[in-house]
Amino acid sequence: MDTQTTNFPLPSEVRAAPGTEQTELYPYFTRFGPEDDGRFWFYNGMHFPEPIPAFDAITAEAPYMSLGAYNTRVFAVPTVLGIDHRIVNGRVYIIAVPVTDPAEIDRRLAVFQERAGYYFTNWDRLYAQWNGKIQALLGDIAAIEVPALPEFDDARVVTAGEGIAQNFYLIERFHTCVEAMLKMWQYHFEFLVLGYGAYLTFFDFCKKAFPEISVQTMARMVAGVDTLMMRPDDELKKLAVLAVEQGVDGAFVRGRSAADILSDLGSRNGSARLWLEAFAKAREPWFNISTGDGFYHHHRAWNDDLSLPFSAMVDYVADVRAGKSLARPTERLKDERERIAAEYRALLPSDDERAVFDQMLGLCHLVFPYVEDHKFYCENWIATAFFNKVREFGALLARHGFFADTEDVFQLHHTEVSLALSDLALAWASGSPPRGPGHWPAIVAERKRVLAVYADWAPPPALGPVPENISDPLLLMLWGITSEQLQAWSEPPGTGNTLRGFGASPGIVEGVAHVVRSVDEISTIREGEILVCPVTAPSWAPIFGKIKAAVSDIGGAMSHAAIVAREYGLPAVVGTGHATKRIVTGQRLRVDGTSGVVTILD
Amino acid sequence: MGGHIVWFDAVAIGDRPQVGGKGASLGELCRAGIEVPPGFIVTTDAFRDFVDREGTRREREALEAAAIPETVASAVTRAYEALCDEADGEASAGARDLPVAVRSSATSEDAADASFAGLQDTYLWVRGSADVLAALRRCWASLYSEPAVAYRERLALQDDGVAMGVVIQRMVNPRAAGVMFTRSPQSGDPSVVAICASYGLGSAVVGGEVTPDEFVVNKVTGLVQKTTISDKALRHVPSDDGSGTREEPVPEELRSQPALGADEVRALTEIGRRIEKHYGCAQDIEWAVDAGGRIFVLQSRPETVWSARDRATAATPKAKSFDHVLSFFGNKRE
Repeated sequence: MDTQTTNFPLPSEVRAAPGTEQTELYPYFTRFGPEDDGRFWFYNGMHFPEPIPAFDAITAEAPYMSLGAYNTRVFAVPTVLGIDHRIVNGRVYIIAVPVTDPAEIDRRLAVFQERAGYYFTNWDRLYAQWNGKIQALLGDIAAIEVPALPEFDDARVVTAGEGIAQNFYLIERFHTCVEAMLKMWQYHFEFLVLGYGAYLTFFDFCKKAFPEISVQTMARMVAGVDTLMMRPDDELKKLAVLAVEQGVDGAFVRGRSAADILSDLGSRNGSARLWLEAFAKAREPWFNISTGDGFYHHHRAWNDDLSLPFSAMVDYVADVRAGKSLARPTERLKDERERIAAEYRALLPSDDERAVFDQMLGLCHLVFPYVEDHKFYCENWIATAFFNKVREFGALLARHGFFADTEDVFQLHHTEVSLALSDLALAWASGSPPRGPGHWPAIVAERKRVLAVYADWAPPPALGPVPENISDPLLLMLWGITSEQLQAWSEPPGTGNTLRGFGASPGIVEGVAHVVRSVDEISTIREGEILVCPVTAPSWAPIFGKIKAAVSDIGGAMSHAAIVAREYGLPAVVGTGHATKRIVTGQRLRVDGTSGVVTILD
Repeated sequence: MGGHIVWFDAVAIGDRPQVGGKGASLGELCRAGIEVPPGFIVTTDAFRDFVDREGTRREREALEAAAIPETVASAVTRAYEALCDEADGEASAGARDLPVAVRSSATSEDAADASFAGLQDTYLWVRGSADVLAALRRCWASLYSEPAVAYRERLALQDDGVAMGVVIQRMVNPRAAGVMFTRSPQSGDPSVVAICASYGLGSAVVGGEVTPDEFVVNKVTGLVQKTTISDKALRHVPSDDGSGTREEPVPEELRSQPALGADEVRALTEIGRRIEKHYGCAQDIEWAVDAGGRIFVLQSRPETVWSARDRATAATPKAKSFDHVLSFFGNKRE
């Protein structure tokens, strides 16, 4: 690709959004420096579609700390080290650090073969162990108790001769909380690169044997049908069926809030009680799924915000009454997956190639449960539990006047929260008032203002000189980026009436667009509309039952949205780059999920 | 099998020495349940009766002037008239001037290893037994055309060893026609069927006189992966006098419309898969669809280009499944 033909700005050419020049929200190591102009940066809009509040920068810091450690230091992935990230105007830009010296690659390969080989050989045992570690971590987070800082400390400090006062625990427990988040991200990447490696190897083989095969078709051969991420939505369907069976479906009125529905049911007895028991059971653990993807503090778990699951249940109850079957056709999906794989296998020209196909696909099926299921524990359950625990520290700081509202704690970077807690611990100790109430409120107000300005900034899809070709298979897989895609993105967003992305789920439909920029807006989606969004989160599955098609700015054919869209048989085009900027709510669209083309018809 | 003519349904692929490659293939298709325009083959025995007579030189001009032996001429005429009678009610009743295609079917043509495509003559839209016999003779003579002789020399094929059958089959008046490969002609991908289609007779597509529409269909998922609709400026149609063909512009409003509907694309793909399955190897198929949407296969032969390259790309299994991943990550891709 010729660098002359693209028009991405250099990092140094990106100006602070007007009126935000004097404000810095993020740590010094996330700022672009002059040396960054020579490198090529992707906007990670898949994980960070909105400007990130200062605290939420931890969801860039922690994963890149871990992903990089596994690649660079633990497994010694031969051709790629970790990821550098920078934040500008609230948006995260990333670059993978390649290894290009063949001798260095070989040296790393020797280590990689031994270590990655060990993990693959012992996959099942290590994965079982992983599940244990995750359960323990969940327990650790739940056990963190935020000290109340009473006037006189607990008598136990004296009677047990503990010798440690509450202000120590304040500091220690917040650190424990942050460490839990860092640890979760360590576990998150323990198997992930190897898991994706199995996919990439299989995909590479398929591409050679079937040069015109789509990623979508390869993904269909790999994807599992019963994954944890499908369970929460399945649970809602079961609860809807139960509501009708028990004759309490009358409570599920469209437009009614979750609280109203629950209090209606609570006022009844008999079968309503039965439903409420089933509901309570389903909540743990399945309502620990996030309404987002766990990268922002405002991605709440269903347990914290029942509006999404209840509005979905209202629709499901209506479906059950209308005699529609809600069950996912898992047997059919499984049969279809096996048929596709068997037919491709049969098309291979030799027994050797069929044996290779079996080996590679077999390995994909070995790693698939981890690759899909880790999301439920990591980004959903643990991430939402972590943010909730931080809220408890925030509530304490708010009580002591550091800021007005519990949620304001997320305007501070986690190291600043540490500072504020030290301030409070000192003040509790000295008996003087803390300094924070005179310091933080103005900063919090300014940062909220700045975030609002950032939200209107249109981030370029990439910055810096485009390299000859993007060869890092991990980036290609995770972000669905190719040289062609970059070329397409570098075109100004205002031209023509078509957008090109990845056909993630086949079929062609026409309908009315509904642009959704953040998870908070998803309940505004109406039956039969076409969802247009920056990126879809796994827990949006319930709205896939309502929409006609899905279009996203970011994402690849293995993204969860693509998997869900295929299950619902909805056309989906992901990774269009500009859809949320080019399309406005109300426009008529044609979505071709086979070829990956979205046409604006108005 | 003996005699001068043989009907399609009595022919199988093994009958190539008697009926030539194209004839054998049509017979085989017929037996596999694929719809081909009905017809018969003038056998290589008839050809030999013609060329081996005392004093006949094996040269194109000489053969074009030679008389067809009476026994052959009458067998062909009888078969042609039977074809006319069979079509009564559909064509002009009792007139015995059913338009037919007269196509060369050399014994070395269409073999998997030597694609002779286009080196022997084909006459379309031939009417009446006299014209059929004339076209038959020209086909026979075309085996000795300069390019055909030169081609055989290049492949070191003996002139004496080749013989020619001639296919005589009912003409289809196609709304659209074209070719279909049961693997991608561009990439060799065996999981797709590529269909090239344009209006009128397939000769405009085969002869490269029009850029056809292209439909790439996934054999496994049935999805149309790629559709390229071209501006199809001209088409070949039967001549106004009902004999031979002519070229005409495609009406403006049709030029940029798809030459095939979605159902036709689907049906063709299915036919392609059946033929490929029947032969056990990738095929290069000529087809036509008439005004009523009925699809006929005119010809099928093994795909030669990519099938020859397959052997070079073989991958080998490894001791452990994950060894593939280790090599892949080490940039040691096969």
